[in-house]
Amino acid sequence: MTAQTVVTPAAGRQRRWNTAWLLLLPGGLWLTAFFVVPLFQLVATSLYDPSGSEELGYAMTWSWSNYGDAIDFYTGPLVRGFGYAAVATLLCLVIGYPLAYAIAFKAGRWKNLMLILVIAPFFTSFLVRTLAWKLILSDNGFVVGVAKTLGLVADDGRLLATGVAVVAGLTYNFLPFMVLPLYASLEKIDHRLIEAAGDLYASPVQGFRRVTLPLSMPGVIAGTLLTFIPSTGDFINAQLLGDTTTTMIGNVIQSRFEVGDYPAAAALSVTLMVLIVILVSVYIRRAGTEELL
Amino acid sequence: MSTVAPSADAAEHSTRSEDLRLSALTKQFGDFTAVDSLDLTIPAGSFFALLGPSGCGKTTTLRMVAGLEIPTQGDVRLGADDITWAKPYRRPVNTVFQNYALFPHLTIYENVAFGLRRKGRKDVAEPVREMLGLVELEGFEGRKPNELSGGQQQRVALARALINHPQVLLLDEPLGALDLKLRRQMQIELKRIQVEVGVTFVHVTHDQEEAMTMADTIAVMHGGRIEQMGSPGELYENPRTTFVANFLGQSNLVTGRVTGRDGEDLKVDAQGAEVRVPAARANGVDGDVWLGVRPEKIVLTPAGNRPDRNSLGRAEIVDVSFVGVSTQYMLRMPWRQDLMAFEQNTGARAVLKRGDVVEVGFAGAHAFLLDHDQDARAGVDQDLSL
Repeated sequence: MTAQTVVTPAAGRQRRWNTAWLLLLPGGLWLTAFFVVPLFQLVATSLYDPSGSEELGYAMTWSWSNYGDAIDFYTGPLVRGFGYAAVATLLCLVIGYPLAYAIAFKAGRWKNLMLILVIAPFFTSFLVRTLAWKLILSDNGFVVGVAKTLGLVADDGRLLATGVAVVAGLTYNFLPFMVLPLYASLEKIDHRLIEAAGDLYASPVQGFRRVTLPLSMPGVIAGTLLTFIPSTGDFINAQLLGDTTTTMIGNVIQSRFEVGDYPAAAALSVTLMVLIVILVSVYIRRAGTEELL
Repeated sequence: MSTVAPSADAAEHSTRSEDLRLSALTKQFGDFTAVDSLDLTIPAGSFFALLGPSGCGKTTTLRMVAGLEIPTQGDVRLGADDITWAKPYRRPVNTVFQNYALFPHLTIYENVAFGLRRKGRKDVAEPVREMLGLVELEGFEGRKPNELSGGQQQRVALARALINHPQVLLLDEPLGALDLKLRRQMQIELKRIQVEVGVTFVHVTHDQEEAMTMADTIAVMHGGRIEQMGSPGELYENPRTTFVANFLGQSNLVTGRVTGRDGEDLKVDAQGAEVRVPAARANGVDGDVWLGVRPEKIVLTPAGNRPDRNSLGRAEIVDVSFVGVSTQYMLRMPWRQDLMAFEQNTGARAVLKRGDVVEVGFAGAHAFLLDHDQDARAGVDQDLSL
């Protein structure tokens, strides 16, 4: 309800409020049932007695030590999760920005086709596509062959089952989430602003830095968040393309749940969530408020 | 209205002002010729208007001068420099864009300082302050463009361009987005600023009143060519084509025929009425002509009083619109043509009524002759379509 200058009778205002609540109701119910309640459940589980098991059941003992223990024990995967996600996000930005820019400003009548091509991978399952990367990066595949010829990979080296493969998989899988918001914000930029920058003595590079880039910041922020947040918690890429040395926090959480170590899994989940919320709010505060409209 | 003393800085930057010269300038978009071999010299320091209906090529011409469009042929010179191929950011030319194109993410201060900063100037505070003074926007430095009204944004766009001391300032429909009252005010304001800074202004507009109010010289464009060029008075009083006659104000065009010469005057048979028009206003035409008379130049006298001037005969008033300062009459001529007449409400005579019969006269020195091969409707109502 934005400020309405028209003075309306109290009854009318009341009716508008009722409508607003009614419109919020379905979403609110859904989120309560499938987000708020499970979230409480998750936080509660993270405080259960760690010695519990599926056979013996779990007791609520307010074991805050679950957090310290889990973080201590899984520091590696936790750091790796954030590290891989950060590198993949950066790569997505470096690859995605020029692509989105080209689609928005240079594609002309090919614009729609190119957008469809960006989305096309979604027509196939995430799992199948990631498995395909196993073949692409396989030891006898041409990618490794070319990399060896160029000296990028040692003669006895490999790509599969390394951090490089995991980051490559993450980058590939999340690239559309970077390109689409970037495209949306670039496409909105009034072309005359770029002309005006040129008219006011900005070279194309300066014009990009001073006008196009700042105006596309909403897209950069949305794109990096949409890439970074899900890739931090991802476990498919590390599982299919990595090995035991490339385990990400997502893999640990998944395996802890599988073996029935619910308290540790829940503690790690909550830790991951809190860390992401902190990182994201710092990020938005630093990158956002001043540059954005 | 604070007069800004030309600072040392301004003097240092506006070193020389040079004539802008377009020769055989042509722009084609596919098969469509937007600008057709245009030759034009715009004297330094003048307020020049390119006036024409939408699609006449005026904006394309402006964009070629700004460097935003590459000419198909011809060249653009500023004094002795050929700038036809110069990048927009290397031309001493700035533009006030239609709808202003202010940078929404920058403050007013940074918008105005933009050009200086790109040229590597560090000490921008003083020139920015001076410019905001010139456009009367002191105190708005910290605001964003979307917090300003249309008229204020227009001033920022002007300050942002003028701060660079361009040799030529291009204005693309600068007042198009403003309401009528503000537009009038800004017309006066723009003229004041132009006189104050002495920069060549090239102003593109479809609004004939706007062009006439501000410009020293107007070039009327039509179909990618210049139809006629001159001072507002010249264009209005003696249009050379039916397009100019109709596009700039209104004209009554009556079919006539030059029958002979009498001293300085040409004798014209206009639908049976013999009238005289100075040969100097005949635009060199002969034979079949359009006799043009502006509506306010028509003199109405009660029937029976034969006017001592050129008479077109008797007419019946078929429509009367009382405007306040004047009254507009629609006159049905004996040859079934309707003519317009505007009469000031001086109070000397009561407003005529529909059905009254009047004698229609005009002074020969106020009429003009045009080639009858031209379309009498050319340019009618075109200024209404943007």
